[in-house]
Amino acid sequence: MILPSLAQAIASHVKDGDCIALEGFTHLIPFAAGHEIIRQGRRDLHLVRMTPDLIYDQMIGIGCARRLTFSWGGNPGVGSLHRLRDAVEHGWPGPLQLDEHTHAGLAAAYCAGAARLPFGMLRGYIGTDLTTANPRIGSVQCPFTGERLAAVPAINPDVTILHAQRADRAGNVALTGIVGAQREAALAARTVLVTVEEVVDALPPAMNSIVLPHWIVTAVVHCPGGAYPAYAQGFYARDNAFYQRWDVISRERASFRAWMDRHVLGSTDHRAFLASLRAAA
Amino acid sequence: MNAWTREEMMTVAAARLLWDRCVCFVGIGLPSAACNLARLTHAPEIVLIYESGTIGTRPDVLPLSIGDGELAETAACVVPLPEIFSYYLQAGRVDVGFLGAAQLDRFGNLNSTVIGPYDAPTTRLPGAGGAPEIAAHAIQTFVMLKATPRSCVEALDFRTSAGFLDGGDARERSGARGGGPRSVITDFGVLAPHPQTRELQLTALFAGATVDEARAAVGWPLLPGPAIEILPAPTISELHALRALHSHTREAHSRPVHVPA
Repeated sequence: MILPSLAQAIASHVKDGDCIALEGFTHLIPFAAGHEIIRQGRRDLHLVRMTPDLIYDQMIGIGCARRLTFSWGGNPGVGSLHRLRDAVEHGWPGPLQLDEHTHAGLAAAYCAGAARLPFGMLRGYIGTDLTTANPRIGSVQCPFTGERLAAVPAINPDVTILHAQRADRAGNVALTGIVGAQREAALAARTVLVTVEEVVDALPPAMNSIVLPHWIVTAVVHCPGGAYPAYAQGFYARDNAFYQRWDVISRERASFRAWMDRHVLGSTDHRAFLASLRAAA
Repeated sequence: MNAWTREEMMTVAAARLLWDRCVCFVGIGLPSAACNLARLTHAPEIVLIYESGTIGTRPDVLPLSIGDGELAETAACVVPLPEIFSYYLQAGRVDVGFLGAAQLDRFGNLNSTVIGPYDAPTTRLPGAGGAPEIAAHAIQTFVMLKATPRSCVEALDFRTSAGFLDGGDARERSGARGGGPRSVITDFGVLAPHPQTRELQLTALFAGATVDEARAAVGWPLLPGPAIEILPAPTISELHALRALHSHTREAHSRPVHVPA
């Protein structure tokens, strides 16, 4: 179903306390959807993402999250996520419970979730203190060889939100380029929302591109630029300079709040957010 | 005029360890520079894999993140992330894994998670990412890290990724199938594990570096290996290729990206 606005999609489908996954591994990160969740003031969310990236730094810093499931929490190629660090190191703006994994472990948890199995299994977490730090990393014994293997509980988000290049009018979604664990995160969820760069009459023929068929997808919203400052292959490039600027903007609570007030909370929607950044450039 | 920096020498020393057609799981930063330098010099058919799922990528400029569009556009293929970790890395199809960390101990174990206690850290670091499974499954790993007594420590605050654990045959008993750290490339030279104790020892120095300097930079009593090789300075062609790569990268990253309309 194509919905007229992102505000309506978030209002209808994302509730306080939900477990939500905004996936996209560097590419196709659903920034517009994350910002709309911030505008609507959602609280107590359990956020799941392999790489929290700037979008979860913003959601954590503004106070949307009570819990974070993740596997790598840095600003890629730049350094720290300062709002995530402030939450973990100082409990600001509130305490944040961590459910910390490795990439391979979280990928296995999404795969299990997509298959509706109770846990994911891997030969992983060997010799790491993560198994002590996180009680949600366990092990199972292979019934055939006796080998012990790592086990992680399946992830089944209430809502998975993705950004993709395009959808057709029936709601089939196609994404190309780096696809991370988006397909698994979508298939693991009860509700799937997708923002897209364009809505087309017919998807281009590409047998092996990732297509989420329409009955998997709860709602699609046309939202050009919805992954900025991350990127959408074929539409716009990753704004690496913005990722570097975020290190400065987010370092102090006051400068972070001022930026969020001006550009995210001070904009009615994503189009206005992008316009406010163009005006400030 | 061909004066080189220690960072350039680290990159060159790491690149020289790679061979043509080897399959290399690459991290961002110095490893990415080293792997691409190898590709542009003596190893044109090296297969570079970034954890974002790009296989056989040949970027013209170094990526800022492991998922820049440049990596996908120049890749032989792009696969979903669960495949990279299960069908390639866990399956033993990666020859070399590159790792960095905030802390390293004498057995090549790494910390990239926290400084201080896990539940009340003084510094929260980014965390594990792909490292623990790269450390476990790559046929061998190379670690790149600038050495100081704060980074090369007697005891890690948190063990994120396994090297040789407590030394001796501890790694073999852990179930890790990969061979573990073969070399640690620092900014003074190279450490490598003793064949039995598996303790990291000084095996090579950069031209101009000294044993005393190495000992001062490492927080455990660093033992010399059976021989300490003096690594030749970067050649003119190595330096030329590396500097051209960095200059293309700076130029590309400074090009403004327009906010989409």
